[in-house]
Amino acid sequence: MTSVSNHNDAVVSIRNVSKRFGDVTAVDNVSLDIQRNEFFALLGPSGCGKTTLLRMLAGLERLTAGEIVIDGENMVATPPNKRPVNMVFQSYAVFPHMSVEQNVAYGLKVGGTPSAEIGPRVTEALEMVRMGPLRSRMPDQLSGGQRQRVALARALVKRPKVLLLDEPLSALDAKLREQMQLELTRLQETVGITFVIVTHDQDEALSMASRIAVMDHGRVCQIASPQELYERPATRFVADFIGKVNLIDGEVIGLAGNAVLCQAEGLGEMALPAEAPVSGRVAVAVRPEKLKLSAAEPTDPRLIKSPGRVRDVAYYGDTSNVFVETPAARELSVNVQNERRSPTVYRRGDQVWVSWSPEDTLILTE
Amino acid sequence: MATEAAQALPPSRRLSLQRWASAVEQGPLDYGSRIWLKVLIGAVFVMLYAPILALIAFSFNDSRRNVVWQGFTTKYYLVAWENQALIAAMANSLTIALLCTLFATVIGAATALLLWRFRFPFKAAFEGFMALPIVIPEICMGVALLVFFARVGRFTSSFESGPIAWWNSLFTLSPLNLSAITISHIAFSFPFVAVVVRARMTGFNRELDEASRDLGASEWQTFRHIILPFMRPGLIAGALLAFTLSLDDFVITFFTSGPETVTFPVKVYSLVRRGVSPDINAASTVLIVITLVATIIAMRLQRSERT
Repeated sequence: MTSVSNHNDAVVSIRNVSKRFGDVTAVDNVSLDIQRNEFFALLGPSGCGKTTLLRMLAGLERLTAGEIVIDGENMVATPPNKRPVNMVFQSYAVFPHMSVEQNVAYGLKVGGTPSAEIGPRVTEALEMVRMGPLRSRMPDQLSGGQRQRVALARALVKRPKVLLLDEPLSALDAKLREQMQLELTRLQETVGITFVIVTHDQDEALSMASRIAVMDHGRVCQIASPQELYERPATRFVADFIGKVNLIDGEVIGLAGNAVLCQAEGLGEMALPAEAPVSGRVAVAVRPEKLKLSAAEPTDPRLIKSPGRVRDVAYYGDTSNVFVETPAARELSVNVQNERRSPTVYRRGDQVWVSWSPEDTLILTE
Repeated sequence: MATEAAQALPPSRRLSLQRWASAVEQGPLDYGSRIWLKVLIGAVFVMLYAPILALIAFSFNDSRRNVVWQGFTTKYYLVAWENQALIAAMANSLTIALLCTLFATVIGAATALLLWRFRFPFKAAFEGFMALPIVIPEICMGVALLVFFARVGRFTSSFESGPIAWWNSLFTLSPLNLSAITISHIAFSFPFVAVVVRARMTGFNRELDEASRDLGASEWQTFRHIILPFMRPGLIAGALLAFTLSLDDFVITFFTSGPETVTFPVKVYSLVRRGVSPDINAASTVLIVITLVATIIAMRLQRSERT
């Protein structure tokens, strides 16, 4: 599902863009708009074409077909040094022979900014990423996180229309990554520049971006807000890629008012709410945290339920994942919140009931 | 691991195996603890440096024949300084070496950049042919260059007047009379520069180049501010190689030098045939010092460079 919004406030318009490397199609006829001042994420597994698309925005990769309009200007023939965008590279690409200060000043110097203006702007950019005290350090005296801040300041000092970030957090350790996620969102709000981030990490995209384009095999599968992507994924791929999901094969057998009657494998007939008319073979999808476990059979007749046997328990501290073998498909993954210090403990081999509400269930056709 | 294996062996074999195991546990770099390795290292150093030290020591020998040590003197440095022909040869050598260094470094660096940056048809073949002067026997190259310059010389000197004759007359003037040797030296030394710089460039993160372009730098600015500083250690190493290769080359120079254009190695060779006198030792010592100083300067320059 490729949605092209027709807002006039799009700062970036990507129109039918394709990129082929020899026989390989990296980006396949992608069209999307990025709004001014939004935090946009390109999300997908490695090799899905997200980085190629970002590099085409920066001008580092030529388009095979289509056009890219940035801030009202067609950029297809514009070299990277003439584009109003700047990039934070995956390796940060901090110039090793220049100090922090010189790194940040570089873009202004080569761009011909008057030297009286360079000093204050460099200071301002370094303050923004809290690197002021380290301005005279050399890059090899900096940690990975600090180098990234330099790369950020170096791009922001140019006051671009769009800031491009290529997997900016992938090289950081988990704690620092979480901190930088927060900082990046705050920074984006302060500077009011459109951020476009490429990531393969769904948590990163969900927590930072205001809108996400999920890509697979060079195509855009869905563009939506994080919540919509999670709760209403358009395709099997999106449902599976964003978060965890239980997928049960099924078939539509009829309609019942607003609901669709569905024959799900091993679960029997169920009435599910559907937004669009569906028919034929489908996948019934339900997120692990929407499932409930109980020792006795739930009494509420509206619930979808199935008996099962616990096969495995994965303990994560705040939550546990219980894998329950049911007649339905392979097994269902149930996410249990460990709300108490001594929660109900499920052990391998326990007989349990799994149940969930029809409203939390999705029907996926693709 | 080795000790476990030793348990399975009879006691007689066990001991030797344990000794072997303990030697292994010292690690491959703990060579200092084994005497035979120390002796080997010592022998290698003696082989390498004893002749040079003897050469330097005997430059201070107060003896005409310079076979037996007679006493300390520095007078042969003065003798060498007053030997006009030797000094002229030294001046020729240094001129050639400097010009060769300059041109070979520029051409070599350009070649390295070409090979690093671009894809073009027959690139592998080009790279192979470019490195040919490194592997080709010097004698072959000397003969080839001799034939080449002889042909060119015969052609240009066949003109009595006109622009080519005028052009030809230029090459009797210093330092253009050294151009045949200089061109030969550039031809065999620039591949060394290219190889060194090419090796340096393989470590270049191409995202640096892209980042520079992204920040608004033109290709030339990127080359000047990003690529060139990164290349510098390679350039210095390459230039040093070209300088020393040119300074001490004998074979190729011998074939391409005329009676008026004698370099230091060729001159020394002609003097040695009439017996080694201490002034040759003295002049050689000066040459060693020049090379050493150049090397130290180059290493200093490289060290101050953060890479």
